[in-house]
Amino acid sequence: MSAPILAVKGLEAWYGPVRALHGLDFLVEDGGVTALLGANGAGKTTILRALSGLIRRTGDIRFRGRPIGALATEDIARLGIAHVPDGRGTFQDLTVEENLRLGAYVRSDRQGVRADFERIYGLFPRLAERRRQQAGTLSGGEQQMLAIARALLMRPSLLMLDEPSFGLAPLVVAEIFRALGGINRQEGLSLLIVEQNASLALDLADRAVLIETGRVALSGPSQAIRADDAVRRAYLGY
Amino acid sequence: MAEPGRALGVLVAIAVGVFALAFPFAASGYHLYQGAQVLILMIALIGLNLLTGFNGQISLGHGAFFAIGSYGAAILMVKAGLPFWAAIPLASVVCFIAGFLFGFPALRFGGLYLALATFALAVATPQILSYNGIDALTGGSQGLTIAKPAPPVWTGLNSDQWLYLVCLASAGALYWAARNLVRGRVGRALIAIRDQPIAAETMGINAALYKTTCFGVSALYAGVAGGLSAIAVGFVSPESFGLALSLAFLVGIVVGGLASLGGALFGALFIEFVPNIADQLTVSFGEGAKALPGAIYGVLLILVMAAMPTGVAGVAQAAARALMSSWRPSHEKGGVNVAANCQGKGEAP
Amino acid sequence: MGEFLHQVASGLALGGVYAIMALALVMIYQATQLINFAQGEMAMFSTYFAWKLMDSGWPYWGAFAVTIVASFIGGVLIERLVVRPFANAPVLASVIVFIGLAFIFNSLAGWLYGYSVTSFDSPFTGRPWFGAGYMSAHEAGSIVVTLCVLALVYAFFRFTPLGLAMRAAAQNPVSSRLVGIRVGWMLAIGWGLAAAIGSVAGMMAAPIVYLDPNMMGGVLLYAFAGAVLGGVDSPFGAVFGGIVVGVLGNLVGAYVVGDEVKLSVALAIIIAVLVWRPSGLFGRKLVARV
Repeated sequence: MSAPILAVKGLEAWYGPVRALHGLDFLVEDGGVTALLGANGAGKTTILRALSGLIRRTGDIRFRGRPIGALATEDIARLGIAHVPDGRGTFQDLTVEENLRLGAYVRSDRQGVRADFERIYGLFPRLAERRRQQAGTLSGGEQQMLAIARALLMRPSLLMLDEPSFGLAPLVVAEIFRALGGINRQEGLSLLIVEQNASLALDLADRAVLIETGRVALSGPSQAIRADDAVRRAYLGY
Repeated sequence: MAEPGRALGVLVAIAVGVFALAFPFAASGYHLYQGAQVLILMIALIGLNLLTGFNGQISLGHGAFFAIGSYGAAILMVKAGLPFWAAIPLASVVCFIAGFLFGFPALRFGGLYLALATFALAVATPQILSYNGIDALTGGSQGLTIAKPAPPVWTGLNSDQWLYLVCLASAGALYWAARNLVRGRVGRALIAIRDQPIAAETMGINAALYKTTCFGVSALYAGVAGGLSAIAVGFVSPESFGLALSLAFLVGIVVGGLASLGGALFGALFIEFVPNIADQLTVSFGEGAKALPGAIYGVLLILVMAAMPTGVAGVAQAAARALMSSWRPSHEKGGVNVAANCQGKGEAP
Repeated sequence: MGEFLHQVASGLALGGVYAIMALALVMIYQATQLINFAQGEMAMFSTYFAWKLMDSGWPYWGAFAVTIVASFIGGVLIERLVVRPFANAPVLASVIVFIGLAFIFNSLAGWLYGYSVTSFDSPFTGRPWFGAGYMSAHEAGSIVVTLCVLALVYAFFRFTPLGLAMRAAAQNPVSSRLVGIRVGWMLAIGWGLAAAIGSVAGMMAAPIVYLDPNMMGGVLLYAFAGAVLGGVDSPFGAVFGGIVVGVLGNLVGAYVVGDEVKLSVALAIIIAVLVWRPSGLFGRKLVARV
């Protein structure tokens, strides 16, 4: 078993003077999928923000063995961690194509970028149709696809997604998760997914971490958690 | 309730007051004139500070209201023959109305846009004043000359001393009025509007009324100062009322201390004497020294904002507190809030 | 009729200068939500720099190019050293800092170059082959230069990756960071660009308003009026507004109130726009966030 691509120990985070995370431990396998589950307000979004350096955080955070807890957000992104934030984070006033070009901003391999554009448009044909449209005029599902596509254009090694199913119709969600699963299997892209839709996430993930008020309540292989009725009812509501 | 800090403050005030009263009998012509100028500037700075320091509304154009007061008083004295003690208050009322009316649209834009609009006002004022369409009234680009008011015979004072004492009395009265305003309900409302405008509204404070009235009052102060300046200087002309005047006021309140009424005295001393000293330096260092006041103003504005947003008054108060090592600091509430605001570096969630 | 066309033509030339300054103001506003009150003094200082170069024997276009580059570098330095420390300060503090900067540039120019009014040569002399009789060679040349600057700026922001990154950083700094854009440097480059195009405005204005440390006060006011009219967060609006102010100012000055009170036209425009349509003709509606 290879070393985890992301190893987190004792993660704490603050919004101003208020501490929101109280010492979390979890990891993402290289090429694996880890799901962060829990109720609203449990702190899942905070975890991703802390990992990306958007808020004050302390703890031992290692990406490929290298500590990143003191890096600035843009440097973390340049290392190969792509974060699709809650609310999608698309550039509303820019076109679809401009949004995608920004994903490739830090890359210097023009051939690779061009190939990736082809691939992305193949994966999300609706984005190809709307490439000259302003991102703000896209539907929720299309904006989510755009956000993910932009992140993929960064050619990251780790893709972090914050509630990719939020506010989307079931068919669209299924399409997105199918695409994510495909990319994970074919290219070994590691995924860290924050989801409220636990069953969807558990299907995709190999590890699951249950968060409750800024602490890890439970963690383990997703199979085990899915199979455990008591856990499911207590923490996941189904 | 006599805290050592407060006692020191009272002592300082008394010392300053005694000095100010004795001054006209010890000093001569030109120095008296300078003393009067300091008092005049102090009145204008108190007015601007009420608006900007305590109520958080930026004005880069208070020179315009100063001009209205000056020209207003001058016109009433020269064209209508009114004595100064009627002309100046009348002109100040005009200023209050002008400020109140300007404050109305200002409500809608606030902050940066208010800075823009007042900046425009300041730049346009000299042109408006020299407009030959109204030069029958204003004297056009030549301006108007005003006779210095004669002191009442029974006082035995000369006109310079009389002028100085009139300014002193005005400054004292207006300072006292501002102090009461700031320490009372109105002052707290103004500060609340400055720091948390939306919360203030929800507490039932009619922000619109307070803000426009505050604008009017601060314009009134500038107007009184302008009127006094007209009789002190003896003439009014358009060039004296340009952007530089408005910006000098800004420098005065920043250096003296935003939201500090006592600091207005220091601010006034500063903007009166720095150009003076620079002028004297041109004798030794040549024309280049004319650039000195501007450079000092610029550097100080930035340094004060960076290092001591409460200005000299705040530093003096802090020093006094440290000196007395009082565990219960006494200071005007306004000062603390501004310091906290200017140093606020919150992290956004 | 001839007089009217002449006023319009020179209004267009002046309007071009105002449009460039307004664009500089909008560039900084879009990125920082702040109005740079020192923009005029910075442009004036750059113009003196150009004048000094030419005085020392440099040819006009050489001095022009070097001044633009030097102004860019100056703008970047100012952002990093003076503006950056106040990034989280309240608006009032930033306004005061900008006024401080304006004072410094104004007195620096006065100290280095003196306060007497100097003439600044235009590279455009003789009769222009178009608009002959209605505008001077300098005015015609100024319009051409303005169009070039605007075209270059537009092309930069629309077609280059750096321009795209700067637009992104101004619109959404958080998302920009998440794709690896160094937002801090985008701000610095924005200031550099604003200073650079401001220097062009100064060099085009100098032959008309003559060179002295206080030359840009009026120009800045007209630029403010243009930016407010067009919408302070719209680059297109700023350019449009600047040109309108230029032409309108000339026409009102010539036919209505007289040349001496043109500045009050700018004041009137600013107040009128802020009262009736604060977001300007092309700007976004201002919404106060609770």
